[in-house]
Amino acid sequence: MASPTRKPRLAVWKFASCDGCQLSLLDCEDELLAVAGALDIAYFMEATRGRIEGRYDLSLVEGSITTAHDAERIREVRRRSRRLVTIGACATAGGIQGLRNFADVAEYAAAVYARPDYIATLATSTPIAEHVPVDFELRGCPISKRQLLEVVSAFLAGRRPVTPAHSVCVECKLRGTVCVMVAHGTACLGPVTHAGCGALCPAYDRGCYGCFGPKETPNPASLSGRLAALGMDGGQLGRVYRSFNANAPEFRQESQRHGRQDEPQDDQG
Amino acid sequence: MTSDRPAVLTLEGLQGLIEALAAEGYRVLGPTRRDGAIVYDAIAGLDDLPAGWGDEQDGGRYRLVERGDAALFGYAVGPHSWKRELHPPHLTLFRTRREADGFSVEAAADEPEPTAFLGVRACELAAIAVQDRTFLEGPQADPHYARRRAGSFLVAVNCGEPAGTCFCVSMETGPRARGGYDLALTELLDAAGHRFLLEVGSERGRALAERLDARPAEAADLAASRAVSERAAGRMGRRMETGGIKALLQENQEHARWDQVAERCLSCANCTMVCPTCFCTTVEDTSDLSGETAARVRRWDSCFTLDFSYIHGGTVRGSTKARYRQWMTHKLASWYDQFGVSGCVGCGRCIAWCPVGIDITEEVAAIRGEKNPESAG
Repeated sequence: MASPTRKPRLAVWKFASCDGCQLSLLDCEDELLAVAGALDIAYFMEATRGRIEGRYDLSLVEGSITTAHDAERIREVRRRSRRLVTIGACATAGGIQGLRNFADVAEYAAAVYARPDYIATLATSTPIAEHVPVDFELRGCPISKRQLLEVVSAFLAGRRPVTPAHSVCVECKLRGTVCVMVAHGTACLGPVTHAGCGALCPAYDRGCYGCFGPKETPNPASLSGRLAALGMDGGQLGRVYRSFNANAPEFRQESQRHGRQDEPQDDQG
Repeated sequence: MTSDRPAVLTLEGLQGLIEALAAEGYRVLGPTRRDGAIVYDAIAGLDDLPAGWGDEQDGGRYRLVERGDAALFGYAVGPHSWKRELHPPHLTLFRTRREADGFSVEAAADEPEPTAFLGVRACELAAIAVQDRTFLEGPQADPHYARRRAGSFLVAVNCGEPAGTCFCVSMETGPRARGGYDLALTELLDAAGHRFLLEVGSERGRALAERLDARPAEAADLAASRAVSERAAGRMGRRMETGGIKALLQENQEHARWDQVAERCLSCANCTMVCPTCFCTTVEDTSDLSGETAARVRRWDSCFTLDFSYIHGGTVRGSTKARYRQWMTHKLASWYDQFGVSGCVGCGRCIAWCPVGIDITEEVAAIRGEKNPESAG
């Protein structure tokens, strides 16, 4: 713990991302004053002007690594941070921009930009943990405000955050939601997806989209068999795992099992 | 109604029963149709009941179907069980506050409302009896369960429509309620009219029944009620051979079948969540940003999570195979060692609500080396 005379210094860093996760912090509204009371918000571009200087007790890192410049910058952030916590699917899995990992990035750039030669980018979008040691990963696209407060509170108390790695199904059952897959035949990634959202989509009669990435010990191959029985063809199975957490290893491998033959193959798979 | 002789309630009489329970101060819960299923929720009267609805169930599949009649209890069991009420998914145990010289602990208020459960199936009565052993017997009774249980009034409704996933006959828990209820109903829907045979199972039940507008049952009513149960008993969708099952599972811990089921198992924990006897919980400690207050919350846990068997040094049951084997072996075998009964009541929820339709009866048959004719392979 930091000494009682000085509040721990918090920094919020952005890499390749949409800002949605760090905005969850501002979205805390009722709790924001308590956060500001407990921590010295030393660097948070969305909320304050600030300069990178000195050291930070807690760094929240949003976004993935997609450029050589960012690959260097995250090392600097790590050097300055006592605890580094990644927040959101970009930082923990590579994000939606991780779709480039399945394609030729030069082709993409040529299709999108008038002058692709101005674009300096890596061929891949990778999670922070592939570049520097990470103390804790908070999942979600976006992260849950409640879980963010839990992570910060746990950091302040010096305890392990309560962010269970079990399935979204557990959250559905805890809140009493009727299973949309069993009772309605709706395709749902809940059985392979990490809890944290509170099983939001099934409560609104939608299947889980897998926003929090793979749960602990997932079995997507078995789930795919069920999804196929519900009517998904190979192309759909290839795509269903490819959203915000497309690059998370278990989702990546399962999507490639059903994916096109002409795309770059996963050398880790 | 003045004696323990079975009586007959009309539809108005059933409405009277619901109102009498409410007048007694009970929160009345019963079956109602919501989100494509029959779930248990607060009911005020007959209009809330799922009139004319039944269900079709199979491995990983549950669908409501219209029955084409006016039955109010013409379904089997749904995704909810009464466990939700007696053993809630979340329960705050205590809160603490930092004080000048340490911290204070305050037990969380736990004053559950007296609650009447309408539509308890025989398998569910059996499940409650199993949880009674878990929570009330033994050296350390659970005060939260005890309070809820003492305040619960059980109105059983004998099952007339078992599902494709049901096997209460194999587990000797149903389909007819044999005690453990305050009142038991059998829904009769024949040429003699839509009516309910009413049987008394407790002093409380008798006191309530005496206030109802009911006529004495005739021989034909009793025969019709028995026929409902006999017909249900003959229409079990599944069966499980239970002879020697404890030794079978405990002596086959390295059976190849465990590897095969682990290929399919999602370790999603749905089976344990819907099981009316699974009782495991964990505690979650949370503190606030200021570090002034903290709370301990108990919540349902499952032997299918890694945290469940995490001890110093790591998780004991790292593989899905080990977790599935633990669950099934506990449920069907070591439950006898621990509580003197089977942990399975044959309700079939774990089969229906498994997203990939893993079937506990099929797994037992496979370990026995039997070919299960129900198995789709």
